[in-house]
Amino acid sequence: MCCRTWTGKHGKGAGVLTEEERREIEEETERSGHWAAASLDALQIVQRHRGWVSDELLRETAEILRMTPDELDNVATFFSLIFRRPVGKHVILLCDSVSCWVMGYNQVREHLSARLGIGPGQTTADGLFTLLPVACLGACDRAPAMMIDEELYGGLNPNEIDRILATYQRDKA
Amino acid sequence: MERPLTEGMRPDGEPLTLEEYEALGGYEGLRKAVAQMTPEAVLEEVKRANLLGRGGAGFPAGSKWSYVPSVRDVPKPRYVAVNGDEMEPGTFKDRLLMERNPHQLIEGTMLCAYATYADFAYVFVRWEYRKAARALEKAIAEAYEAGFLGRRILGTDFDLQMGLHVSAGRYMCGEALGMLNVLEGRRAIPRTKPPHPTLSGLWGKPTVVNNVETICNVPHIVRKGAAWFNGLSLTPGDGGTKLYGVSGRVKRPGLWELPMGTTLREILEEHAGGMQGGYRLRGLLPGGASTEFITDQDLDVKMDFTALQRVGSRLGTGTIVVLDDKTCPVGMVYSLEAFFARESCGWCTPCRDGLPWTAQTIGAIEQGEGRDGDLERLELQSRFLGPGYTFCYLAPGAMEPIRGALRWFRPDFEAHIREKRCPWR
Repeated sequence: MCCRTWTGKHGKGAGVLTEEERREIEEETERSGHWAAASLDALQIVQRHRGWVSDELLRETAEILRMTPDELDNVATFFSLIFRRPVGKHVILLCDSVSCWVMGYNQVREHLSARLGIGPGQTTADGLFTLLPVACLGACDRAPAMMIDEELYGGLNPNEIDRILATYQRDKA
Repeated sequence: MERPLTEGMRPDGEPLTLEEYEALGGYEGLRKAVAQMTPEAVLEEVKRANLLGRGGAGFPAGSKWSYVPSVRDVPKPRYVAVNGDEMEPGTFKDRLLMERNPHQLIEGTMLCAYATYADFAYVFVRWEYRKAARALEKAIAEAYEAGFLGRRILGTDFDLQMGLHVSAGRYMCGEALGMLNVLEGRRAIPRTKPPHPTLSGLWGKPTVVNNVETICNVPHIVRKGAAWFNGLSLTPGDGGTKLYGVSGRVKRPGLWELPMGTTLREILEEHAGGMQGGYRLRGLLPGGASTEFITDQDLDVKMDFTALQRVGSRLGTGTIVVLDDKTCPVGMVYSLEAFFARESCGWCTPCRDGLPWTAQTIGAIEQGEGRDGDLERLELQSRFLGPGYTFCYLAPGAMEPIRGALRWFRPDFEAHIREKRCPWR
């Protein structure tokens, strides 16, 4: 289960777990053998279906896991890739660690921000992209690098960024 | 030259299937172990191989395994947790091993479990390694299907369940005890040691935590023996090959499996092709973000766990980050410290408060707002965030590049403060 995507699905709103989501979470708790041990997987299940984890869904999920909502939120807010606020259709993870920094991160960040009209942590007005910083992507030989959803892109420069963004923007049209 | 970890990997970058892995001698180590060797004999072989931990600390894997109490004293469940949460800035070696040969990692994990009487194994992978997670998920299913995992493995009494745990970001998940907390469904904060996880790890049970590259060596040790493994290395007492990487402004950034103890010069000049045209080498981090800078004075150092310590640094992860003469060293150190400050889990005060303070000071210097006394304060800070003052190694690791930078690039820091600007802009 853990290999399926978690971004890009935003049709079901922010409240009430569906039967399918509930079943997936329950399966995960059985698989892990300890209720709370499934907490991060359960949050990932919710996020895969909804794109983010709302307060309502967090409360329902906590109930299944025999945790208090605060206990589960304590886990959720630790992880940079569990989103407690809505994100755009595509999430850009821009590596800002040392090898990418040496190889031109500043130029890449400025170009991305200018093209998208947003800074790190923000979502474009059309809801297409959210831009987030991320720790070293382990693609240092291809620096500077970023991910969009599950795809890794290396050797970034302004032209390359324009080309990549265009493929996602076409997708929208 | 033998390259046991990487030879036979497919040129198209796809993971080796079970069939392809077996054709290369895969699972022969497991077959040999369960048919001809006691768990104690496997442990002894790994001890004699002098396999030092590849996650960065260089702790002997065989010794670590030997600290696990006997199964008579502490019955099952007992655990193995493989650390594939590679997030040390500048490090990109475990990615290759997991993406391209997942069965090698699975077999190594099984042998570790066999040697330590463990019956549960977790492979912990960061979310961003999508290809690795998919490869491992498929390979674990293949291994169950083929009877290498589950109950009564290869018709013996050896039982082992294995699960993949995909994380969701944060450097602290790669800290061994933080990782165990995440597997239990908690925040990735460290735990007090002792007891070490080999005595009391997951749910209070004996747990061996090893890095991906460490574990990937084990099938080869069991199959071909400790003497062969020691013979792969150029450094006595530090066996095997090593995955060395180079990033930064070199001609051919990349990753190579070479004998442990290959010189820094050979890696940089022969394998990475030297510096790109128009750039000169100023310094480098020999093994990721948590190691001290060294300079071209030390290019003939052997890249192993002991020789690098003699020149004031560490092998760390063995992936080199190069600083060139057109890049501001203060800016580079700021990038490193901003990373560590952001990734501090906040559990202990020196790290939670000290790292942002340190990063802000360096950031201010870089912006031309440094003040007299800043460098002395940074030196003091690098001592008080060092070993012994914090719960885990995050903050002491963060201090290593600062110490190295103040040693080798002090005039650059002073120029920023004196000129009230970054001379590179």
